[in-house]
Amino acid sequence: MTPTPLLELKGVTKSFGAVAALVDANLALDAGSIHAVIGENGAGKSTLVKIIGGLYRRDNGEFLLEGKSVDFQNTHEAKAAGISVIYQEPTLFPDLTVAENLFVGRQPYTRLGFLDRAKMRRETRELTLRLGVPIDPDRDARGLSIADQQVVEIAKSISVGAKVIIMDEPTAALSGIEVERLMGIARQLRDEGKGLIFISHRFDEVFALCDVLTVMRDGSYVATNQTAEVTEDEIIRQMVGRSVENLFPKEVAEVGDAVLEVENLTSVGVFEDVSFTVRSGEIVCFAGLVGAGRSEIARAIFGVDGYDSGSVRIGGAKVARKNPAAAMRLGMGFVPEDRRKQGLAMTAGVQTNITMAIRNRLARFGIITSSLEEPSARNWASRLHVKTNALDTEAQMLSGGNQQKLVLGKWLATEPKFLIVDEPTRGIDVGTKAEVHRLLSELAGTGVALLMISSELPEVLGMADRVLVVREGRITAEFSREAATPENVMYAATHAPEVAA
Amino acid sequence: MSAVMTDPAAAAKYKRFGRPLWRRLLLRTETAIIVAIVLLIIIATATVPYFAQPYTYLTMLLNSAPILLMLIPVTLIIITGEIDLSVGSVLGFSSAIFGLSYAAGVPLSLAAVLAIVGGGLIGLFNGVLVTIVGLPSLAVTIGTLALFRGIAVGLLGTRAVTDFPEEVLGFVISPIFGSPLPVVTIAILVLVVAFAVLLHFTPFGRGVFAIGLSPEAAAFSGVRVNRTKLILFVLSGLVASATGVYYTLQYSNAIGTNGFGFELQVVTAIVLGGVSIWGGRGTLLGALAGGVLIAALNKTLQLAGIGSDTISIVTGAALIFSVVVASVAGSISRRRRGKASAIGAGA
Repeated sequence: MTPTPLLELKGVTKSFGAVAALVDANLALDAGSIHAVIGENGAGKSTLVKIIGGLYRRDNGEFLLEGKSVDFQNTHEAKAAGISVIYQEPTLFPDLTVAENLFVGRQPYTRLGFLDRAKMRRETRELTLRLGVPIDPDRDARGLSIADQQVVEIAKSISVGAKVIIMDEPTAALSGIEVERLMGIARQLRDEGKGLIFISHRFDEVFALCDVLTVMRDGSYVATNQTAEVTEDEIIRQMVGRSVENLFPKEVAEVGDAVLEVENLTSVGVFEDVSFTVRSGEIVCFAGLVGAGRSEIARAIFGVDGYDSGSVRIGGAKVARKNPAAAMRLGMGFVPEDRRKQGLAMTAGVQTNITMAIRNRLARFGIITSSLEEPSARNWASRLHVKTNALDTEAQMLSGGNQQKLVLGKWLATEPKFLIVDEPTRGIDVGTKAEVHRLLSELAGTGVALLMISSELPEVLGMADRVLVVREGRITAEFSREAATPENVMYAATHAPEVAA
Repeated sequence: MSAVMTDPAAAAKYKRFGRPLWRRLLLRTETAIIVAIVLLIIIATATVPYFAQPYTYLTMLLNSAPILLMLIPVTLIIITGEIDLSVGSVLGFSSAIFGLSYAAGVPLSLAAVLAIVGGGLIGLFNGVLVTIVGLPSLAVTIGTLALFRGIAVGLLGTRAVTDFPEEVLGFVISPIFGSPLPVVTIAILVLVVAFAVLLHFTPFGRGVFAIGLSPEAAAFSGVRVNRTKLILFVLSGLVASATGVYYTLQYSNAIGTNGFGFELQVVTAIVLGGVSIWGGRGTLLGALAGGVLIAALNKTLQLAGIGSDTISIVTGAALIFSVVVASVAGSISRRRRGKASAIGAGA
């Protein structure tokens, strides 16, 4: 190992408006090593990768490459300096051949000024062979498996002379054999003296592959561990180690009959054999990693997406497939994940948004007027303390927290029996967050059944009567409020079910 | 905070509108268009010879009736963010079916029904391609525009069916008793009122606006997005083909080129009337006013002896002007309100 790290970050910060994505990021990557960066969703890993890759610029702190301070203005400069990022979903041009993709933007020319295709082909063949995965240079990138596309991306980064290769959740979409192959390539690159940063949620891979583990939490550096000297339990503790006392806990509500019953719900390739119930007065939380399929299950239950088999019942009545209007008639509501796109019409006013889901109910003899809508809009805007002076203020003029209140108001106005709230407090300030928690708790108190999806563990533990852990499209563990701890929920979310049992 | 109880005082603190009525009216395109119509009529009456005669109004409405009829359902389609450019060809196709069936001995009323059903099927075809297949309506309806114009011309060839019953022809172009307005005015008014109620005062209409504002948010609010669009395309096909029957009788002439290029006049009138081409915004009254303004402008320039090329220049300039003004006014007011609400929130 060299005395000067290949790449070093010290006290790097990055904020987006009022939201601090990185508070104090530290990382020291040595040449010839594989360095894992792990942390919960929202811990700042992706922001860190984007700063290293030149997509974002840091606000403060030091960024040294081979001991020299660098400040990349764009991804081009980062690439030129020898930094290469491989994303989970590779970004090849589907209509170009493999060789053309490898040389995109830096094609070799013959002396006559034509593209030197022979050279491109030859080098592509050599590179892929060296990685142990021969790929025909003349085939189109379209139709390559994700694993092969990643190999092409890696070959590309080697051919441009990358010294630092960052892999951002590269194994998320790979099968077991493909993961093995990728890990083999990673080790080979390490042995050639390159520095690798590996981002993954899967502990087995991280422990099998990486030499050093850096843990991040809430945008800050927590600790750097030598893999050989640390246990999984210790890493989990580092990842979740914060108190949940500052959050509003759910009040005790009388839990009644089953309101939502989901049986064997399956959508091939998305989620499989999902069964659970939510009772009145109960808050059930879906915990798990981003991409585990939690939102997809919720969307299918509400009917925005379809599913292949299984059934959804509300109060015993079967909910029609792929028909949100029918689900709503049975008393279902859905506060979606993306309030700006799915929850609200951003250029429409407060009143239009609040009454959008109750337009049929407000109509008298099939006729609806603004005066029929106004009392509901006024009522729900004030109950939720939406900060605005007029009911025709466009939603895009409101702050994120007020927009979220608007979406909640829109769905509370439907007087649901069962409400899905998907990431209800993402990106909103602490004060509003507490208001939302209190509101959901009160709602459960009035007998509404709630399904909450949250990627924030403290929120899950504070609000849930029961925690269902979703991993790779399946419910793999269930914890009662008393039994759920940050450690066991995180463990279940990151490990295959047979281990979790 | 308690979400369970309503505090009437807190509820009353919201103003219904952010700005006073006169400013809201001033900012509306509809207001500008209606003022422009009134000004135009006053100026034309004072300066253009023969403008103030009843016959002028009669011919003005007869000439523009097809556009005014067809723009009514197309307005709703544009508010959902889609477009229907096939209406001119549907008119021509319907005219061909109507004329040919009548010439083949089918009773007039049955021929009309056949033509209208045919138009409804074209609308259904457009709607299915847009909703179920998921193609962009711009491409789909340009396709049907070419397809059914071709079929109409192909069916009739160089032939023209002209021998429609005299009493029907006479009725179509006669004025309503004691007024300078042709009978088709009644059809326009009935259709406008029906569609205006549908668009502005029913849950279906709220869905139409929601789709135009954000298709995804609409779907998440239980709006049947595909079904709504399908219904609108069928309505557009029905109205356009009914217009085709009317148009054939008005000119007593079924030829393949009937209604050629009308789709652009329809869209021009709608956009001029303040309906956003991006969807989500606009009123049926505005679209109708846009159509009437173009009709009045055409008639005025025509009576003043100005050629059709100039008419085209004036209409085009008016359209661009109205779109630019609406966009500039919108961005200015948004910026001002953005500041105001930031101050209001204590930021």
